[in-house]
Amino acid sequence: MATFTLPKNSKITEGKRHPAPSGAKNVKSFKIYRWDPDSGENPRTDTFEIDLDQCGPMVLDALIKIKNEVDSTLTFRRSCREGICGSCSMNIDGLNTLACLKPIEDVTGDVKIHPLPHMPVVKDLVPDLSQIYAQLRSIEPWLKSDTPPPPDAERLQSKEERAKLDGLWECILCFCCTTACPSYWWNGDRYLGPAVLLQAYRWIADSRDDHTGERLDALEDPFKLYRCHTIMNCARTCPKGLNPAQAIGEIKQLLATRGG
Amino acid sequence: MSHTTSGQPARQAALQSPLGRVRGAGSAKSGSHHWWMQRVTSIALLPLTIWFIVSLATGAGMTHGEVLMWIGNPFNAVLLLALIALTFHHTASGLQVVIEDYVNQEWLKIGAILVVKGVCWLLGLAAALAVLRIAV
Repeated sequence: MATFTLPKNSKITEGKRHPAPSGAKNVKSFKIYRWDPDSGENPRTDTFEIDLDQCGPMVLDALIKIKNEVDSTLTFRRSCREGICGSCSMNIDGLNTLACLKPIEDVTGDVKIHPLPHMPVVKDLVPDLSQIYAQLRSIEPWLKSDTPPPPDAERLQSKEERAKLDGLWECILCFCCTTACPSYWWNGDRYLGPAVLLQAYRWIADSRDDHTGERLDALEDPFKLYRCHTIMNCARTCPKGLNPAQAIGEIKQLLATRGG
Repeated sequence: MSHTTSGQPARQAALQSPLGRVRGAGSAKSGSHHWWMQRVTSIALLPLTIWFIVSLATGAGMTHGEVLMWIGNPFNAVLLLALIALTFHHTASGLQVVIEDYVNQEWLKIGAILVVKGVCWLLGLAAALAVLRIAV
């Protein structure tokens, strides 16, 4: 349901300020959302002043520097630091993206960092994504074929068949798109969201999979699929430059043509 | 854990598995016809609406009798009936989507959709009857 105000215990208060070390010349402020489930306090925005001359170029570098040198309780997910694991997705400067791929210099003014929008927060910048993971599981994102594989060989694809997966296989499941989608905010309990629908289409488009009809059956639903109103936040925010809305459009087109 | 960035209730209230919850009652196996008809009616309404507006504009200043003659012309009457049917079909299906988006209480959602469809049916029938009484 559309909610327009935050409940009392979710209102964000002004937090602590950690000034830059004296002598720092190239200072940038990072305003970071903090929330600790054990404290019983409201979420707050802490300000960390960072000397960029002593820091790597990406937002993730600054977060790691803060955790190492200023406040070790700052909590966030990260792993590969090169945009392939999808762990460090968060809302930076108003747009969902990967902290490891976001150059600090691309942000004018203070760097505002929040967890992915509209998800339950576990702590600080760590959202609870268990519902999205379950939705991904529900579309059965694996090859389903009743055709036995050729003995001692892979299942083959022509170059054209393989090309249909371009723009789909690159998804790293960071869920920047799903958590940027207003339809997912209002109806995420039933709408599958752009990331999961792109994954669904990735298997529908795979020439080696012969369960396309069942996959379409499972998606044909006013809420699971048709909450997409081509708002296009998904394509705008995707840090890998993919277009989930186009994949959803392909699914809708397949459903329309099979209905005759 | 009762905290979110946007204030929706926390999901931990029930112990059902997340997979069971998102699978829910399964797929309705419908929705593509509704989606397709929204596109079809909107495309069909483009020329019909332009024709209707142009007719109104060029017919400005017609006497009552001339208007009756114009509506009574079978060509105009058929297009008017098509315009009425498609307009109210498109209105009802569009408002249904808005209600499904924003109303979460099940009884309120079903009730609001029924009211919208009922009002659209009645207005459509009344408008069609008005054309038919003049044209037939």
